[in-house]
Amino acid sequence: MRLLPLIASAVITVGLVTVLNTQLPIGATKSPKLGYFLSPQQGFWKNAEKVSAGFDASVVAGELKGNVDVYMDDRLVPHIYADHDEDAYFVQGYLHAKFRLWQMDFQTRVASGRLSEIAGADKLSIDRFFRRLGMVYGAEQTEKYINERNPVMKATVDAYTAGVNAYLKQLAPEDLPFEFKLMNYAPEEWTPKKTYLFLMFMSYDLTGRSATADLQLTNTRDFLGYDLFDKLYTNQQDSLDPIIPKGTAFAKPSITPIKPVGSDIAYLKKQDPNLAANKVSASPEAPDKNNGSNNWAVAGTKTKSGRPILCSDPHLGLNLPSLWYEVQITTPTHSTYGASFPGSPAVIIGFNDSLAWGVTNAGRDVLDYYEIKFKDSTQKEYWYNGAWQATGSRQEVIKVKDSVDVVENIAMTNWGPAMFDAHYQNPQSKGRNLAVKWTGHDASTGVETFYKLNRAKNFDDYLSAISLWKCPGQNFVFASKSGDIAIKQQGSFVARWDHQGDFIMPGEDSTYNWQGIIPNEENPMIKNPERGFVSSANQKSVDPSYPYYLGTAGSFPLYRGISVNKRLRTMNQISPEDMQHLQTDNYNVFAEVARPALMKFIDPSKLSADAQRMVKEMTSWNLYNNGNEKGITVFKLIWDSVENAVWGDELAGSPIPLTKPESFVLLDQMNKDSNFSVADDIRTKGKVETLKEQVNVGVENATKELLLLEKEGKLEWATFKATRVSHLTKIPALSRLNLPIGGGVNIVNATTEAHGPSWRMVVHLTDEIEAYGLYPGGQSGNPGSVYYDTFVDYWAAGKYYRLLFLPKEKLVAHERTKWHIQFKTA
Amino acid sequence: MKNTSNLKFIVSILLSALLAYAVGIYGNLPWWSFVVTNFIIAIIITQTPGKSFFAGALGVGLLWLGLAFVIDAQNQHILSVKVATLLPLKGSFVALIAITAIVGFLVGGLASLTGSFVRKS
Repeated sequence: MRLLPLIASAVITVGLVTVLNTQLPIGATKSPKLGYFLSPQQGFWKNAEKVSAGFDASVVAGELKGNVDVYMDDRLVPHIYADHDEDAYFVQGYLHAKFRLWQMDFQTRVASGRLSEIAGADKLSIDRFFRRLGMVYGAEQTEKYINERNPVMKATVDAYTAGVNAYLKQLAPEDLPFEFKLMNYAPEEWTPKKTYLFLMFMSYDLTGRSATADLQLTNTRDFLGYDLFDKLYTNQQDSLDPIIPKGTAFAKPSITPIKPVGSDIAYLKKQDPNLAANKVSASPEAPDKNNGSNNWAVAGTKTKSGRPILCSDPHLGLNLPSLWYEVQITTPTHSTYGASFPGSPAVIIGFNDSLAWGVTNAGRDVLDYYEIKFKDSTQKEYWYNGAWQATGSRQEVIKVKDSVDVVENIAMTNWGPAMFDAHYQNPQSKGRNLAVKWTGHDASTGVETFYKLNRAKNFDDYLSAISLWKCPGQNFVFASKSGDIAIKQQGSFVARWDHQGDFIMPGEDSTYNWQGIIPNEENPMIKNPERGFVSSANQKSVDPSYPYYLGTAGSFPLYRGISVNKRLRTMNQISPEDMQHLQTDNYNVFAEVARPALMKFIDPSKLSADAQRMVKEMTSWNLYNNGNEKGITVFKLIWDSVENAVWGDELAGSPIPLTKPESFVLLDQMNKDSNFSVADDIRTKGKVETLKEQVNVGVENATKELLLLEKEGKLEWATFKATRVSHLTKIPALSRLNLPIGGGVNIVNATTEAHGPSWRMVVHLTDEIEAYGLYPGGQSGNPGSVYYDTFVDYWAAGKYYRLLFLPKEKLVAHERTKWHIQFKTA
Repeated sequence: MKNTSNLKFIVSILLSALLAYAVGIYGNLPWWSFVVTNFIIAIIITQTPGKSFFAGALGVGLLWLGLAFVIDAQNQHILSVKVATLLPLKGSFVALIAITAIVGFLVGGLASLTGSFVRKS
């Protein structure tokens, strides 16, 4: 009698448990296993840290050579004191894992094209893109090189790896980071290759824009024809204030890149009537155009104390957990503080007891496409210098969750991997076979640059440390206690002829190859200039007298550099506080020039009442992109709308997105030539629009949008811009949204919607270093920790923390020191 | 008779909570391990199916409620509000704690109910 209820009850129980133990589909993603996720002993509740929890701990690790003491300050910054360098990196790896494990796993998964493995076929396009670009290939080159040639770096990365794995080994399943539980997967052992993959990702983030931009620019050129293209995409920046002051003499170049014969026709496609549109496509993963940064150093002659001050603020995607993790590392060989990358040993941007350094992106073009002609679909041979040449082959296997593996067979040419081919294309590549040549593929000892900077004592050490740096090219700023300041643009830079690599190049002809890498000595550098400061803000590093071609103007934002230099020129008796104000400065130097240029063309009598009111809002604006200003919102929308009116017709009709001309092009035209012929809307037959008419059309169009915004109460800049710091998964609940912060494109405080100053640092090189800094995040990567987003509000408010950089005895006794983690050798 | 029955009910609630907690400590065991312990308790302590169900349900349900409540209070709702936004429960940590308790209640109860039928079949 009771058998039936037993079976029924058992079936229901098992059924319910099974449902609660399954990831259910919600849209394109999947839910966590709800039973597991909600279990207070195993699921997410375990990640809800006690707000009052301490961090005292004792760790025994047989890998250590000696004991290590770590003191955590009130911001959860670890101060590592070790007797051996390798022990310090072991502990750094352990702490990165303890506080940022999921992020480390996720970021290397992105870099190595392994997202599908955890997220399913939905992420396949991202994975294929990174695999075919050669991310894993590049990391393998570096790993091989370091293993064979660089025992010190091998030992460093090995120690770091061992530290990460020591943490993993003791990690109980119920203590896995939150996101692993949410996405239902487990972390893997760390390997040195993962460190190199992470660094590959940084190379991609900072130089990989060409992977998209070159295709798009080729298609834009093809669409417009060369003559019009050349006019709208000029590289001539009249208002440029380069990193190396104008007029500085450069040494005679050791390489004279020679433009291949016939390249005007074969490559640039001048006077080619057969240019067809429809040939282009962009990848969805293009790094942010605004990936850039500011850095500068002022000499003692300009400061109140007589000692240099160095500032650095890298502008990157703003994420939680942050890309950065603060740390102090002190061993008998060195004592260093700064921002480190979870995933890599050493401090990346920071200072030690002798000097400070910072970086900005160089923006130079180091990635090119070559069009390949394969003999047949087997891709075993390709046409090169008048003969069929054999390809190599590389296989990339992508595992896909709940599905079969996807195998990428990539032909390897002497240019590099054939990224695009018949099997892999997008609207912009359109079936073309394109091999990619990128300095990121070359073996690199980038880690060693930071290893040596961490230990550098003077200018010569700095120069020798950065001489190893290849990719991504950076502007390394430097200042020392002894009073030197300097900046050098360093990396593997291609000795290019004019426009080489702006577009897809012919891959059948070796004369289009890179003709050399510019020797380090010829890279732009300046030390202790008379003007008393050095600076960079991603603008072109040099004026046109520099003997090598840098790349297209779109890679070199103009206005932040002008702003920074203008301010630094006039400032004297500078204090660290003044420097903080400059880093967070919202003055809009572009609008300073563009607003009067616009006003020249605006005829209020021809505008609607609403438009007149908006124009008034714009003209009464104080030119600061402060969060509470409305004028900047009006200005931005009007400017964008005018650009649209002027360029929109030329670019209309293309089925694929084309590159928009840079803002400075229109601005320069407005200032020098009011009869700019491109202003005509080519879609209206028999009528020639003047720039004046187009500007007024633009104002009216913008007014429509502005009225809508006004109704929604979104006219204030911060509300309109809605800056956010997104969780790496982009899940809004784990992100910080709608931050009250000003800034923007062209502003020293380069905070846009999801991008901006990712680590602000000001270092005063006094005897006892006085340093300030913060990043928009928190030291803990756990969304359930009170330290998850600790610094975000402070950062948005433009405030700074005083950084604790002290010898052990002083730090232990300091009031801000809270916890002690002891690492003991077994 | 009634007293024994009440005692049995209370003992099986406590036992159910205790053993569910004990097997929950080991993260290597599946989260639903208490299904097995509840099942066994219901076989050993004979009660009506109804009482068995509620004993198992209250045992695990109250355990999960209590644990979630204490953890959440000590965490000052930092994580629960995020998860309750994500799931989506409109950011209500109360709803999230309630759902946690209900899952424990239902699964725990059903496991005990099943056990109670073993003895009577």
